[in-house]
Amino acid sequence: MNDAATRKLALSHLWVAFIAFILACFMGVYQVLERSGFISALDSPSVYFASVSTHGVLMAFVLTIFFIMGFGYTIAASSLKQPVWNMPLAWGGFWLALTGVIMAAIPLLAGKASVLYTFYPPIVAPAAFYIGATLLVVGSWVWCVIMLVMFSQWKQANPGQAVPLAMFATAMNVLLWLWTSAGVALEVLFQLIPLSLGWIDTVDAGLSRTLFAWTLHPIVYFWLIPAYTAFYVFVPKQAGSFVFSDEMARLAFIVLAVFSLPIGFHHLYMDPEQAKGWKLLHGIGTFMVALPTLVTGFAVIASLEIAGRLRGGKGLFGWIGSLPWTNSMVLAVILSLLMLIFGGFGGIVNASYAMNAMIHNTAWVPGHFHLIFAGTTVIMYFAIAYYLWPILVKKPLFSSSMALVQLWTWFIGMSILTTPWHILGLLGQPRRVSSVVYNNLLTLSWQPYELMMIVGGLVLLGSACLFIYNLAKTQLNPSSEAIDQHIEYAEPIHAAESVPEWLNDLKLWNKVIAVLMFISFGYPILQFFIMDTYGSSPWGF
Amino acid sequence: MQTESVKQKCEHFLRDLNTQLHEFYIQFRAIHIDPLERKWIAVSLLVVGLLVSIIVIDAFFHGINPPGKVETVDSDSLHLNKEFAEDNLGVQVDGKGAIIIRMVAGRYSFFPKHIDVPSETPLTFRWVSMDVLHGVHIPMTNMSTMIVPGYVAEITTTFPKPGEYPMLCNEYCGLGHNHMWSNISVIAKEDWTAPVKSLAKGGSNNE
Ligand code: HEM
Ligand SMILES: [Cu+2]
Ligand SMILES: [Cu+2]
Repeated sequence: MNDAATRKLALSHLWVAFIAFILACFMGVYQVLERSGFISALDSPSVYFASVSTHGVLMAFVLTIFFIMGFGYTIAASSLKQPVWNMPLAWGGFWLALTGVIMAAIPLLAGKASVLYTFYPPIVAPAAFYIGATLLVVGSWVWCVIMLVMFSQWKQANPGQAVPLAMFATAMNVLLWLWTSAGVALEVLFQLIPLSLGWIDTVDAGLSRTLFAWTLHPIVYFWLIPAYTAFYVFVPKQAGSFVFSDEMARLAFIVLAVFSLPIGFHHLYMDPEQAKGWKLLHGIGTFMVALPTLVTGFAVIASLEIAGRLRGGKGLFGWIGSLPWTNSMVLAVILSLLMLIFGGFGGIVNASYAMNAMIHNTAWVPGHFHLIFAGTTVIMYFAIAYYLWPILVKKPLFSSSMALVQLWTWFIGMSILTTPWHILGLLGQPRRVSSVVYNNLLTLSWQPYELMMIVGGLVLLGSACLFIYNLAKTQLNPSSEAIDQHIEYAEPIHAAESVPEWLNDLKLWNKVIAVLMFISFGYPILQFFIMDTYGSSPWGF
Repeated sequence: MQTESVKQKCEHFLRDLNTQLHEFYIQFRAIHIDPLERKWIAVSLLVVGLLVSIIVIDAFFHGINPPGKVETVDSDSLHLNKEFAEDNLGVQVDGKGAIIIRMVAGRYSFFPKHIDVPSETPLTFRWVSMDVLHGVHIPMTNMSTMIVPGYVAEITTTFPKPGEYPMLCNEYCGLGHNHMWSNISVIAKEDWTAPVKSLAKGGSNNE
C-alpha cells in the first residue's frame, strides 16, 4: 500500500485499539489479584468494579471497534486497489469515536460508572457514560458507510466480477454490525439516556434485557469475523497454500452474519420476561450458527494440510510437523484453532439450557469468553498486526522471534488463566465478585484455582507488553530504509471469476435478516407494549 | 374487481418468488464443493441436527424447559403486594400439597434469610426483586434464575441430596454484590415437616 494517507488512517485506529488493550491488561491482572483475596490491602469493591467496568468496556468495545475499523480500511484500500473514499469523513468517524471513548472513560475511571460493560438497568450511570458509548458506535457507523460506498463503487466499476473475498467478508461484517448495534442503540437512546437525564422516571428492565440480548450475541461474531477473514485470506498464503474454496468461504460469512442475529435469547435462558417457546426457537438457531464455524475449521485445516504436504510432509499427521511454525500467522492460527476447539465444547454446554442452568453467571462464563474472545480472536488480532505493521510503517518487524514468543506465551497464559476459571464456575463461584465472603466450606476449595489464575494473568501481561514493545520498536526504528511490501491475498484453488449475485452482494441477505429478526424479535419486543408491565425506578450502585 | 386485482397481485408475487427460488436452487447446486468437504458438511449437519433434536425432544416430551412464565409484578411497591408481603414469604404448602417458596431479593440479601426444604420433592420457587437486577444460584444444583425487577421468576426443581447450601446472588447488583447471599437447608424428605403457618394461610393470593 503506497497511499500514505490510508496507512496513517489505519495505523491511528490500530494504535487506539492496542493502547486500550494494554491498559486493560494491567487492570485484568489487578482484578485477578484483588478477587483472590490474598492481598488484603487491595480489597476494595469500589475500585474492583470501576476496574472491571473499564476493563470490559476497553476490551469489548474499544479494542474491537477500533481494530475492526482500522482493519477494514486496510482491507478495502488494498483488496479493491482504490484509496479510502472520503478521507475527511473517515477522520471524522475516528475523532467522533475517540471523543466518545474519552467521554465514557472519565466517569468510568472516576468510579462513577461502575455498571459493567453490560450496564443493565435499573442501575444507572451518569449520562456522559451512555452518550460516550453512543458516540463510539456512531463513529463506527461512519466507517460502515465508507465501507459500503467503496464496496458498491467497486462493483459498479467492475460489473460481473467477483468482489475480492477479503472485501466481501468485511462488507458482511458491516451488514452484521449495523444490525447488531441497532438493539443496544434502541436501548440506550430510548431508555438509558432519558433515564439518566431524568426525562423518564422508570424503565422496563425486561425490555432493556431483551434489546441488549439482540446485540450481545452477534457482537461476538463482529469481533470474530476479522479473525476468520485472516483464516481465509492471509493464512493459506503465509503457509504456502491456497484458499480451499472461495465460494464456500463466502457462504460461511453469509451464514455467520444471517444466523448470528436472530438468536440472542440464549443470553436470557434464565430470565423471566421471555417465554420458553421463544427461548427454544433461539436455542435451535444457536446450534445452527455452529455450522459456518465447522465449515471454516475444515477449510483452514484443509489449506494447512495442503501447505504441509507441498512442503514435503508425509503420513496422516506428518504434514503438521512440516508446517512453517515460525511464521507468526501460521503459528497464531494453530493456537487459535486449539483454543477454539476447547472453547467450542464449552459453548455447547452454554447453549444447552439444561446444562446452562449449572453454570449460568458463574465464573465459568468469563472463563469461557476469555478463552474464545481474548484467546481465539485476539491472538489473530496479534498475528494480523504483525503482518500489517511492516506494510503500514514500511519498516521490517523489530523482532520476529519475539513475536513467536509472544504468541506462545499468550496461548500458555490463556490456558493457565481460563482452566481454573472454568473449574471455579463448576464449583459454584459466581462471576463478577470482588471478594469471597460467603461463610461456607465450599469457598475453601476455590483458593488454589484463584492462585493459578494469578499466574496466568501475569504470563498474559508479560506477553501483552512484548506485543506492544515489538510494534512500537518497529515503528520507531530510525535506521532502516523504507521497505515496500504489499498485502498478499491467498488465491483460491479454483478461481471464481464470476459468482452468482447472491454470493457477491448484501441486498438479498439484508432482506433475509430483516425477515428473521422480525420473526424472532417482533413479538418478544411487542409484548412489552401490550401487556401490563411495571417500570422500575433508577438506582445507583 | 378490487379483490380480483389483489388476488392477481398475490399470484404474481408467488410466481415470481417461485422462479427466483428455483434459480437460486440451480445456482446453489452449481457451487463447487469438494467431495471431502461435502462429507464434512454432512457430518456437521448431522451433529447439529442431533443436538437440536435433543433439546426439542426434551422440551416437548420431557418437559425440560428454561423458566419463562412472563408474569409481571410491581417491584417498586412490593410492600403493597399481598403475595410478597413479609409474613407470606418462605415455604408454604398449598391446598393441593404442592410446596411453594416465595422469596424476595433486595440489596443485599435474600429474604427470608434461611429456609428449610425437603429433599427429593418438587419445589416451586417464586422470586421477585424489590430493587435492581439480581440472579440467584444454589451452587452444584440447577436452581438458577435471573430476578428481573418487574417480573416474577418462577422455577420448579428438586434437590436430590440433603445438606446445607448457600444461595448466592450471581448478577452484579451494586458494590455490595459480594455480600448478597443466604442459606438453605435441604432436609431428608422423611424428617421435614411443613411450616405451621402455611396451613393457616392455606395458599397464595386467595384472601
Ligand atoms: C491480562 C489478561 C487478562 C486478565 C488477567 C483478565 C482478567 C479479567 C477478570 C479477573 C475479569 C473480571 C471477571 C469477573 O469479575 O467476573 C475480567 C473481565 C473481563 N475481561 Fe478480562 N482479562 C484479561 C484480558 C482480557 C482480554 C484480552 C479481553 C478481551 C479482548 C478481556 C475481556 C474481558 C471482558 C469483556 C470482561 C468483562 C466481564 C464482565 O463484565 O463480566 N479480558 N477480565
Ligand atoms: Cu451469545
Ligand atoms: Cu448481586
